[in-house]
Amino acid sequence: MSARDFQVIPRLGPEGEALDGEQLEISMGPQHPSTHGVFRMDLLLDGERVTRLKPVFGYLHRNHEKIGESTTYLGSMPYTDRLDYFCSLTNNWAYALTVEKLAGIQVPERAEYLRVITAELTRLQNHLSLAGFLLQDMGASGTPLMYAFREREKILDLFESLTGARMMCNYMRFGGCRCDLPAGWLEQARAVVGEFPRFLDEFQALLDENEILMSRTQGVGVLSAALAVNAGVTGPMLRASGVNYDIRKVDRYGIYDRFEFRVPLGDHGDVYDRYLVRVLEMRESLKILEPALRDLPAGPVLDPKTKLRGFRPKPGEAYGRIESPKGELGFFLISDGSPNPYRYRVRPPSFINLTILEDLCLGRQVADVVVILGSVDIVLGEVDR
Amino acid sequence: MPLMDERLRTELSRQGVFVTTLEELYNWGRKNSVWPLGFGLACCAIEMIAASMARWDLARFGAEVFRPSPRQADLMIVAGTVTKKMAPQVVRLYNQMPEPKYVIAMGACAISGGPFREGYNVLQGIDRYVPVDVHIPGCPPRPEALLHGFMTLQKLIEEQELTGARRPRHLQVDAPSEFPIPEHGAHGLVPSHNPAIWPPSESGA
Amino acid sequence: MESLEQIKHRIEGAVAGARVEIITNPGPAGQHSLLLDHAHALRVATFLREGSGLRLDYASNVTGVDWPETVLKEKRKVKQTIEGVEREIEETIERTRPGFLEVVYHLYSMELKQGPVVLRLRTGDRAASARVPSLTPVWRGAEFQEREIYDLYGVIFEGHPDLRRILMWEGFEDYPMRKDYAAPVENAAVSIA
Repeated sequence: MSARDFQVIPRLGPEGEALDGEQLEISMGPQHPSTHGVFRMDLLLDGERVTRLKPVFGYLHRNHEKIGESTTYLGSMPYTDRLDYFCSLTNNWAYALTVEKLAGIQVPERAEYLRVITAELTRLQNHLSLAGFLLQDMGASGTPLMYAFREREKILDLFESLTGARMMCNYMRFGGCRCDLPAGWLEQARAVVGEFPRFLDEFQALLDENEILMSRTQGVGVLSAALAVNAGVTGPMLRASGVNYDIRKVDRYGIYDRFEFRVPLGDHGDVYDRYLVRVLEMRESLKILEPALRDLPAGPVLDPKTKLRGFRPKPGEAYGRIESPKGELGFFLISDGSPNPYRYRVRPPSFINLTILEDLCLGRQVADVVVILGSVDIVLGEVDR
Repeated sequence: MPLMDERLRTELSRQGVFVTTLEELYNWGRKNSVWPLGFGLACCAIEMIAASMARWDLARFGAEVFRPSPRQADLMIVAGTVTKKMAPQVVRLYNQMPEPKYVIAMGACAISGGPFREGYNVLQGIDRYVPVDVHIPGCPPRPEALLHGFMTLQKLIEEQELTGARRPRHLQVDAPSEFPIPEHGAHGLVPSHNPAIWPPSESGA
Repeated sequence: MESLEQIKHRIEGAVAGARVEIITNPGPAGQHSLLLDHAHALRVATFLREGSGLRLDYASNVTGVDWPETVLKEKRKVKQTIEGVEREIEETIERTRPGFLEVVYHLYSMELKQGPVVLRLRTGDRAASARVPSLTPVWRGAEFQEREIYDLYGVIFEGHPDLRRILMWEGFEDYPMRKDYAAPVENAAVSIA
C-alpha cells in the first residue's frame, strides 16, 4: 500500500458503535536509542499502528558542500571521510574517482588493487556493523554487536597500520593512493580475510534461523521493485527487492571486471531479505579480497605525473559514482579553472533511500518502524552532510 | 583532601580496621558508578560505542549502562558536532538530567566546532550553552582517549569537597542546574551563546 | 546508448513544441547535457522514462547550482579603418549575463544499464522568477533532493507534493548555498581576549 491510499479504519464497539479515539503524535528522536544518530521521525499513531510518518532531517547538517566551495580539491578529501563515517575509504574513492574523471587523470594498477582491497574491507566492516545494530535495535542487548565489533576491530587495525587512522583514513589521492603498504600488512590482511569465513559461519548459525529475528523481520517493510527503482533506492536495499543493479558490475569502475563475484538478490524485499543480502555480500567481498591480495602487482601507488599542489582542473563538470556499502555514492563537481570547485555536490545514498520510509512503515507497529529504519542502513553524516 | 594522618590510617588498616571520611566514601561511590546518557551525535559516537565494546570496555570503569533516558543518567558525553538545529535539544536534555551531572565534550567539534567551524549550521562548541567538565581533543579521539577522559572525570569527582566554598554545584543552593534553551531564529540561534558561561573568564570561574 | 543529438531529435519529434538545447561540457569528462524549457519539461521527462525506449527509470542525482550575475568578456576581431588604413584589431566586448539558478538531473536506466543522460532546468532569475517545474511526479527519487534545493537555494518547484525546508529549520530565512549568502557573525573566527 502506498502513502496515499492508507486510511484509518474506525473500530467498532460491542454494540456496533464506532469507537472514537484520538491519534497520538510522537516525535521519535532526535535523541533515541534506535535512530542511528540524530534522526527524527514525527509519527502519528492510532494505538500502536503508524498512520503517518514524516522524517525530519538536518540535525547533523554540517555544511559540507558549502565548505567544499571554499576549500581546495585536495582539502576536501578529509571532509569526505566524515560523510559516511563508517566507510571513509569508499567515500574517498568516490571523490577521487570524480576528480580523476573531471581532470582526466589515470591511476596506476597497484593503486587500483589497493583501492579495491580497502573498499571491500570497508564493505565487510560496514555490513557487520549493520547486522550488529539491527539486532541491537531488536533487543538483543549488545551481544551480536559485540561479536560484530570484535571482527570490525581487526579490520580497523589493518586500516590504522595502512593509513594512520582507524576511521578517518584520508587515503585516496587524485591519481592513486597516499602511501604504500607497510611491511607485514599483506600477511596480516590475508590472516584476517582467511579467518573471516569461519566467523561468518558462526554469525550466521546464530542469527539466520533465529526465531525472533525471523518473526520480526520476515514480511516486515516490504519494498516493491518498481517503487524502489522510481524512488532512486540503491545498494543492498534495492537488491533485496530483486533488482539486479550493482554499480561495480554496471559501470565496471576500477578493476572490478577482473574479479568473479555474484550479486545476491532478494525475493521478497522485506527486512529479512535486506539483512541476508548484506550477509551474502560479505561472502562475495571475500571472493574479491582473496584474489586481490594474492595478485597485487608491484608498481607506484600514485601516478608520478600527478600534481597535488596547485591543482587546477580545466573548466567543466563531472559526475562520478561508486557502489558504496550503502548504495550509489556519487559526487558532482563543477570546475571553473580555479583551485576550489565552483559546485561540490554529494549524492548521498542513505538520504535518498529514506524517500520510501513512510511507505514502508504505514500500517505497521512502532516496533516495526525501529526494525525497518535499521534495515535502511543510514548514517547521519551522509544523510545530512 | 586527606583529613586524617595517612600513617595512622595505614597502621589501622593492617590491623583490619578501615577508616575513612564521609567525603571520600561519598565521592568513591559516585565516581565509580557514573552512568552516561546514550547520546551520540556524529562520528565520535562510533568511537564511544567502540569504547563500550569488548576491546576497551567502558563498563569496568563503572559506566556499565548507557541510559536511554536523561532522567536516569549522570553524564552526557557530547560526541560529535552540535549543529544549531540540534543545540536546543542538547540543552533541553542537559536540563532534564538530575544533579549531580557532568558533561564531557568529546572530539574537536564538541569543543569548538572542529573542522566544520565555518559552517552556517554548526555551533562552535557546546560550552556556549552548557558547562563542560572534561574536554577530549581528537577527530575522532581514540577509545583510549575517551577512557582517559573518563578517568579524568573520575579524578575530578574524587577531589570534590563536600563543604566549603569550593563545593560542587549540586550542593550549592543558588547555583543554576538548568540553563536557558536557545531558540531557532531567522538567521541563527537566539541568543548566540549564554553569556554567563561563555566566553570563559580568566579567573576560571 | 544513442548520442545526445539523436535523443534531442527524438524528444522534439515526440513532444510537440519542446525546445531542447544541448549544453556542451568542456573538459575531459564528456557528459554533455540537455537544457529543457519549463512548459514541456514534465512531458519530456515522461517521454524519457516511458516512450523513448531509453527506459530512463532512475533519477540518480538532482543538483542545484547558483550562477550569479556576471560580466562576460568576449574577444572579437573587428575590421576598423584608422587613418585610412583598414586594420583588424581585437576588441573586448563586455556583456552582462543575468543571474539564474540551475537544477541538473542525472538520469540512468536500471533496466538497460545505461546512462547518464543529464538534464538541466534554469530559472528566470534569482528572485521572483526562481521557479521551475518539479520532476518528482515522474521520478520519486527527486522528492527529497528538490526539497533540499528549495531549502538551500530558494528554487520553487511547481508541482512538488510537499515543498518545505528539509535540512534547515522552519523559520530560517536565508538560502545558505547561494553565492551571496553572508554567514552569521558568530561563525567568524572569535578571539577570546
